[in-house]
Amino acid sequence: MKKIRIKERYCMGCRLCEIYCATQHSKSKDLVKAYRGEYPKPVPRILVEEKDYLSFAIQCRHCEDAPCISACMTGAMYRDSTSGAVLCDDDKCVGCWMCIMVCPFGVINRGQEKKAISKCDLCLGEEEPACVKYCPNEALVLEEE
Amino acid sequence: MVKSSPPSGFLIDRDDERCIRCQACARMCSNDVHAYDPEEDIIVSDNTKCVGCHFCEAICPTSALIVKHNPSQYRENFNWTSEAINDIKIQAGSGGVILTGMGCDKPYTVYWDHILLNASQVTNPSIDPLREPMELKTFIGRKPDRIEIDHSTEPKLATEISPQLELETPIMFSAMSYGSISYNTCLALARAASEFGTFWNTGEGGLHSDFYEYGPRTIVQVASGRFGVTREYLSAGAAIEIKIGQGAKPGIGGHLPGEKVTDPISETRMIPTGTDALSPAPHHDIYSIEDLRQLIYALKEATRYEKPVGVKIAAVHNVAPISSGIVRAGADFIAIDGTRGGTGAAPKVIRDNVGIPIEMAIAVVDSRLREEGIRNQASIIAAGGFRKSSDVIKAIALGADAVYIATSALVAMGCTVCQKCYTGKCNWGIATQDPYLTKRLNPEIATRRLKNLLRAWSLEIKEMIGGMGINAIESLRGNREQLRGTGLNEVELKMLGIKPVGEAW
Repeated sequence: MKKIRIKERYCMGCRLCEIYCATQHSKSKDLVKAYRGEYPKPVPRILVEEKDYLSFAIQCRHCEDAPCISACMTGAMYRDSTSGAVLCDDDKCVGCWMCIMVCPFGVINRGQEKKAISKCDLCLGEEEPACVKYCPNEALVLEEE
Repeated sequence: MVKSSPPSGFLIDRDDERCIRCQACARMCSNDVHAYDPEEDIIVSDNTKCVGCHFCEAICPTSALIVKHNPSQYRENFNWTSEAINDIKIQAGSGGVILTGMGCDKPYTVYWDHILLNASQVTNPSIDPLREPMELKTFIGRKPDRIEIDHSTEPKLATEISPQLELETPIMFSAMSYGSISYNTCLALARAASEFGTFWNTGEGGLHSDFYEYGPRTIVQVASGRFGVTREYLSAGAAIEIKIGQGAKPGIGGHLPGEKVTDPISETRMIPTGTDALSPAPHHDIYSIEDLRQLIYALKEATRYEKPVGVKIAAVHNVAPISSGIVRAGADFIAIDGTRGGTGAAPKVIRDNVGIPIEMAIAVVDSRLREEGIRNQASIIAAGGFRKSSDVIKAIALGADAVYIATSALVAMGCTVCQKCYTGKCNWGIATQDPYLTKRLNPEIATRRLKNLLRAWSLEIKEMIGGMGINAIESLRGNREQLRGTGLNEVELKMLGIKPVGEAW
């Protein structure tokens, strides 16, 4: 499957990936409207980790052996058969947050509105994920694994 | 008295309607111009720190920022310009030389903008480069006085040809040292030159061990400081260039501030970490053409006469006779750097007041060498402020064999010519060694963009020479009949060796 590869040596820590990710998953999908008009404020599903000058953006790794899927008691977390991505069915998610507990990368977050989690969905349906598309330094690339 | 310092040159215009407080500007600016105030939920910008590099503008996702000139003015005065007043204020505060970066920005005549090219009409057909072959291949090095062919068996060349550099396009990357520019910038230049089939130049900073693999596409420089010059270094390059001078600062040596001398740079240059890398103004073993000849032949000897050895000088008033001496000293090429050539750091007064424009230098050197019948003995590489393909083609028609570009290459990698290279805080990750900033230049993107620039200019050059009815760049070299001057006086036309517009062949 196609996965997002992180090139941490080119991540400059601008956090534009976070901004575009949040916008992509907002109601309006417009930068200014999403940040200035929407409530609750959109939250990114990608996170830039920083220590001194080292930084990198990380989002769901879509693990082959995904602990979040086995930990999910309602079967909300599932693997998409066509893309291979690990996705969450919001209607089934009850917000127990077991997936958040077991995720080895800490990339699953509590959702904003509903009692559901929020995680990277690889922007399925789009040409490429927003974080990859808008990274100004090509520190994130979508590659066949 | 009230100690006055010059006002900021720039104003940051923030469209508050569009600013989403993402703070990308605040995180990215190496000059700490922008800062987020969480109490008020606003981003405040300190204009006094802004150098006008436009990085924040480029990174702002909502285009909420415009960096513009500060309209604050002193009373208009053509003698006491704002620049003159501000420079005095700076020096009255610092008591020192004003440093700057890049090339001369003063409005001396840019002759390129006063030269027009010819094209074919009716009497000679123009050539379409998309349909017919067009040759930009260029060879740098000594050419024989005449060629002898051995006809005894199969015809073959009897004359021994001196070592040559083979260029796919008459454009090379000029000398920029590792130290003045970052590792990633050097890597991008080396890769782009190798992949495109041209050359890059180490400058006076030596060759990082990682870059030896690009040696066949590298011109290694030997400058007055002899930084990083070893037998391996000389052997690694495709050609050796003795650097006597540089267009931005003729007559003075280089100065790399200690802050930029990090561990890998100290290793490459063979100097202690954190010390200023000062190269002397002259080579202390070269005080005459005879001395230069000794160094040229010492280098040729050291590399078994396998590679061209050239000399780089700044374009100064005596450039023509000096060039003649250099050719007679045995140089295989002369690189001439005009007054608009850039630098990582130079005293402003020297950058802006010393040297002559490259256009004149090419014309007078080419003419002089022809008059003396030694033009074939060395190639001429012109450098210093080439901005577009038309500048390149005009330089070749004036007599250059190839050109060196550096500022244009940096602009392709993001540079906006803000002239703050000497601070080591380049936001674009080019003229800096700060690990937080150098990673902003992804060499993969930069290599791609440099190759695009070379490709684009090469295509344009083909279009232009095709229009003249010429199908090889070799046939344009020194072909000044293809040039006409406009808005130039008689003396300038004579020096350039071109006719005025309107005059037929």
